[in-house]
Amino acid sequence: MQHTPFHARLAALSQTEEWTSWNGYMAPRVLDKLSTEYFAVRSSCSVMDLTPMEKYRITGTDALRFLDRLVTRDLSKLKPGRITYVVWCNDDGKLIDDGTLFQFGEGDYRLCSQHHQLDWLVTSSMGFDVTIKTETHDVAALAVQGPTSYSVLSEAGIAGLDEMRPFGIADLYCGDFSVVVSRSGYTGDLGYELWVSPDNALPLWDAIFAVGSRYAVHAIGLSALEMVRIEAGFIMPGFDFNTAESTVRAGYDRSPYEVGLGWVVNLDKGHFTGRKALLAEHTRPARRRLTKIIVKGNKPVAEAFIFDGKHGKLIGEIKCSIWSPILKANLALADIECINGNMPKHIWARVDYQRELKWMSTWAECRMIDKPFYVPAHRSATPPERF
Amino acid sequence: MIERIDAIIIGAGHNGLVCGTYLARAGLTVLFLEARESVGGMTSASTINDDYHFPGLAHTAYPVCPKIRKDLRLDKFGYSAGKAIDTIALHEDGMHLRLRTRRVSGPGLGDRDVSAYVQFKNEYLDYAKALRPLFESRPPRLKNMDFADKSTLAKLGWNIRVGLGRESMYEFLRVAAMNMYDVLEEVFDDERLQGALAADAVLGHHMGPRSPGTVLTWLTRLYGELNGPLSVVCGGRSQLGHALLQAAEASGASFRLGAKVKKILVEKGKAFGVETEDGELVKARMIISNADPRTTFLDLLGAPQLDAMFAQRVSQIRGAGDVAKLHLALSGRPEFSALSESDVQNRLLIAPTMNYVEHAFNDAKYNDCSTDPILEITVPSLHNDALAPAGHHIMSVNIMYAPYDIAGGWDEQRATFAYKIIAQIGRFAPNLKSLVVDFELLTPQDIESQYHVRQGHWHHGEMTIHQSFMMRPVHGAAQYDSPVDGLFLCGAGTHPGGGLTGLPGRNAAKRILSMGVAT
Repeated sequence: MQHTPFHARLAALSQTEEWTSWNGYMAPRVLDKLSTEYFAVRSSCSVMDLTPMEKYRITGTDALRFLDRLVTRDLSKLKPGRITYVVWCNDDGKLIDDGTLFQFGEGDYRLCSQHHQLDWLVTSSMGFDVTIKTETHDVAALAVQGPTSYSVLSEAGIAGLDEMRPFGIADLYCGDFSVVVSRSGYTGDLGYELWVSPDNALPLWDAIFAVGSRYAVHAIGLSALEMVRIEAGFIMPGFDFNTAESTVRAGYDRSPYEVGLGWVVNLDKGHFTGRKALLAEHTRPARRRLTKIIVKGNKPVAEAFIFDGKHGKLIGEIKCSIWSPILKANLALADIECINGNMPKHIWARVDYQRELKWMSTWAECRMIDKPFYVPAHRSATPPERF
Repeated sequence: MIERIDAIIIGAGHNGLVCGTYLARAGLTVLFLEARESVGGMTSASTINDDYHFPGLAHTAYPVCPKIRKDLRLDKFGYSAGKAIDTIALHEDGMHLRLRTRRVSGPGLGDRDVSAYVQFKNEYLDYAKALRPLFESRPPRLKNMDFADKSTLAKLGWNIRVGLGRESMYEFLRVAAMNMYDVLEEVFDDERLQGALAADAVLGHHMGPRSPGTVLTWLTRLYGELNGPLSVVCGGRSQLGHALLQAAEASGASFRLGAKVKKILVEKGKAFGVETEDGELVKARMIISNADPRTTFLDLLGAPQLDAMFAQRVSQIRGAGDVAKLHLALSGRPEFSALSESDVQNRLLIAPTMNYVEHAFNDAKYNDCSTDPILEITVPSLHNDALAPAGHHIMSVNIMYAPYDIAGGWDEQRATFAYKIIAQIGRFAPNLKSLVVDFELLTPQDIESQYHVRQGHWHHGEMTIHQSFMMRPVHGAAQYDSPVDGLFLCGAGTHPGGGLTGLPGRNAAKRILSMGVAT
């Protein structure tokens, strides 16, 4: 596994040595204690090494046309210095991946995605005057997230964050080196993502941690991120649903409508890959939907089955779940089949759990939630509150 | 601007003419837009040195599909199948073989091979006949089949099981995906006979006798032979292109020649018109492209109008032309050793053995012209003396293999290649060299630019198994419709592929009419 430019600092902080591979990079699951890392995101400030996220620079006179044909969303309204959330599909209208799209200037974009996408981007580029360059290894990235993240970064010497609105991008300085800052993240909290040249990775890290003790800044791993992203209602392609290009069995892939992302599909914007299939799907009754649910009780739900009513028909399964310390509830994303095009009214989960190695089973009622589970007001306040 | 046009046909080649005429006869307003100054595509004539007229790029033809002949009343418009000819396989020692549908003769040919030939042709013509429902219908979809799809498969199954009978069915299923080399090696002893049949199986394809799927390409050729014997294309009113033009005009279709389509116009996923090179916009309810699939989708429509994987599949269609055409203007009659004047009216083939053919292909695999190419020679002026000045003649030669892209480029090698071919034929026709007044070599690149076919491929795309039937031209456009509403295909790039059968055009028209888009 490769090391990111921040590895020396992460390795020094790791008490657990719980490493995993994230796109071929050595990434921590947990560095010290999961609860400390989780509460850093929700109560103070967390720092996470984002470098392994796939990053593509897309430039050229046809860059906008290319991207508009690639993704389901209408990009004509995206402005320079702004970010938008996008998904893209194959010809059958099934999701390949999601990501965030940064527009730096006219014809200059960065697409960040969970999975490797270069082959799909190149395949999609036929007929466009566009240059696609992988910059995953050339840009070091940190996510600095949590209620005090604004104060931390300001104290660390990054000026100019006051007026930055959510989904904004700015070219700023941290001391004597430049850093691109975006107000974005995967935590649902106030937060920023910082993009620097790998040479400046450690100086950036050190500048943040220099003020760290005052603000309880903690480096976090992927396990804490998994908790907060579920609270924020973000889905993870490849985990919550099979991505189209890695699906073998027919019907095991998912369309944007089926994972609750119909709001990022614009069927009127002109041609994009999958449009015809999505148009047809749009006119048919919905078949299934990835839904946010709160499972009653305090038993860990793990990967339970979902039923239409207690002891009813099997209609789905939980794809991911956590016990939310801040909401004191079992949160889950569940893939649920529709009945005659509608979501069932009363859904129950059969929760299997162990008590001193003995398997037990119980029924738990589930409540469907439309909005993200956790939306703190400080998430979008501009300027953010100072601590 | 013409009032209301139901269908624009891009390209008035023979398949376009067949398709458009069917539609016009069904009551649609049809407009042909043809880039060239004449209709007929590869069946249309060309002239060199003012006085020497070559009837078409295709210089031999089987009779057009009888159903089309009848439906479009082509005989009324002057069509006739032409005088039956034999194939004479030339050999330097004069040991020529003469092949016709169910007879082969020649010095030194064993009785066993003579009777094996008859049996072989009967058997394989039966196989071709069994495939008829498949050739003469749109290729069935295997998923979400409708009645027509099921009916085609049922007929095909019936023909193979009941039509052929148990023994023949087993043999058919055994050989269907084999290569021609192995089959001919099993059946015949005579190398000359093997060579001639192997050449026929691969003619026009980027394949050698040992290439997989060459039994299938041979069967598609035999489908033509089911309609009658081969004849030399020699111009005049009886020619297919001419009769089709008459039929199309009589059905009310209109034509614009020299009108090259530059773009197919699409709005909200529906094709609504075309823009010509002159900048003219012509609107129609449907656009039917007789251009090859890569030209249609990638050039005229553009990949951005398509889904990414579909565009990728189209871009990967294999279809680099591998046949060059040599046109010779001759000041007199070429005399071939051990052949009479009337013998020369036949199709002369230089493909002495299977290994010769395979070696010729080896060169092409590595982007070289064949050192010893396969040659298919006709002298159309022996059938129609209007083609050349009195006493003069024209000779038309298909040369295989001559790849689209050759190492070093065609410009460097064009002249030497032509002289080499003349010298090669000269070994069989000693007076040829002294008769040559002028010549024209059409490489696949020339065929591309003159006939507007991507990479100059006769069949608009290789007829390999992976580009046949429900995968021709690609999955997602194999039933003559396309991912773009209102855009259809009707050319040789669609099922059942190239040749002068007219079937792609007919199948496309039937498909379009059955979709209810016609009214």
